[in-house]
Amino acid sequence: MALLSKKDANLILDPLADNNPITIQVLGICSALAITAELKASVVMAISVLFVLGVGNVVISLLRNIIPSKIRIIVQLIVVATLVIVVDQVLKAFAYELSKTLAVFVGLIITNCIIMGRFEAFALGNGPWKSFLDGIGNALGYGVILIIVGFFRELLGSGTLFGIPVLGDPIAKTGLYATGYENNGFMIIPPAALIVVGIIIWVQRSRNKALIEEA
Amino acid sequence: MAVNTDKNTYTVTFATLMVIIVGSLLAFLASGLRPRIDENERFEKQQNILYAMGVNQNEGEGSVSFIPTNIVEEEFSKYIKQQLVVVGSEAKEKEESYLIDMKKQLNIIKNGDEAELPLFIGEKDGKKYYIIPMYGKGLWDAIWGFISLDENMVVQGVVFDHKGETPGLGANIKLRYFMDDFVGESVLDGNRYAGIAVVKGNNDPLNNDKEDNEVDALAGATITGNGVTAMIKETLKLYKPYLETIRTK
Repeated sequence: MALLSKKDANLILDPLADNNPITIQVLGICSALAITAELKASVVMAISVLFVLGVGNVVISLLRNIIPSKIRIIVQLIVVATLVIVVDQVLKAFAYELSKTLAVFVGLIITNCIIMGRFEAFALGNGPWKSFLDGIGNALGYGVILIIVGFFRELLGSGTLFGIPVLGDPIAKTGLYATGYENNGFMIIPPAALIVVGIIIWVQRSRNKALIEEA
Repeated sequence: MAVNTDKNTYTVTFATLMVIIVGSLLAFLASGLRPRIDENERFEKQQNILYAMGVNQNEGEGSVSFIPTNIVEEEFSKYIKQQLVVVGSEAKEKEESYLIDMKKQLNIIKNGDEAELPLFIGEKDGKKYYIIPMYGKGLWDAIWGFISLDENMVVQGVVFDHKGETPGLGANIKLRYFMDDFVGESVLDGNRYAGIAVVKGNNDPLNNDKEDNEVDALAGATITGNGVTAMIKETLKLYKPYLETIRTK
């Protein structure tokens, strides 16, 4: 990454692993549980958050010196909500099909704590370019976890990936199902996401002991 | 900048300005895009109605393919022979009744007044399809759709949609494998309009029994499934007086 200084590059790379918003900062868990039953929804959500967090961080950063501190949370909320509604309306007019896929996520994006968390923790104290990189980095870190969780939940729960059967037909008993394998219905429901996220956190912390908090 | 951002007057001014700017931006955007959005919604309704009577571009098994928006208007006027409104057991023709908002009509009925319930008669290969709009409640928000029946009260096709059901769970009501199960099911149980129930622990997961008034439920989407069951039942109750007049079985 010759384009970015080492410090700037870290803004993007850190949240992907050692400062991941979901596994380390434990933000955005709610949406990670809600929509990871299938891979497609995970990808859509990851892209939406990438956009909103990237742009939102820049807007907040530009406004950081004039936002009254007493109402800063409300101002942040308004910025996210406005961004999301603008995107939603434009899509409805020009890409109706896509907008229907996204409709469910609108509410989840506005209330995603990663967004508010990064506004509050980073964009209010840093310049627009750095804030942009921070937003992109955190959204990618969030997206990576979402996609990993979505991958396992859809594969083990429904035997499909992106809606395409990969393990055979569970009703006609072909492919893997011929050997007596069954889909695990538990993977479809939200608690399964918590367990998958838990396993990711476990793996990550046992590989890098520095991440383990003092008890 | 030498403004004191902690002062109350500053806070109030900032808040007021922000509300005005954001508010007018959104209002401007919404009214500017309204015509396009309305048109998209109209096409969508036509696509759904046609889909319920089996006019679509589905290929093999798998995904749902509606008639493309650029030809949907033409196809709609080709296949939909009559647009009616049903009041009690009477049906009268009414232009563009497909634009009637089912939710508003249900509210009128709730208030004890007489509503105009839309119904469409489609014709394909000499066969008549009676297409009825439905509106109900899922887990998080509204669900709706269309169901098409023949004179024997056998389902010819359904289409469902939803506002905010959980992706991967309740949202799957709009997928082929769920909607296709309804085709061929009778909504009658003897002389009773029993509808079609979405049930778990169904003994008939392959859906071979078309007289049991049941289809297999979606895993992890009990409440959305119950919503579908209730929606079909409620709709049939409203249209029963009219359906009795066309029923031949």
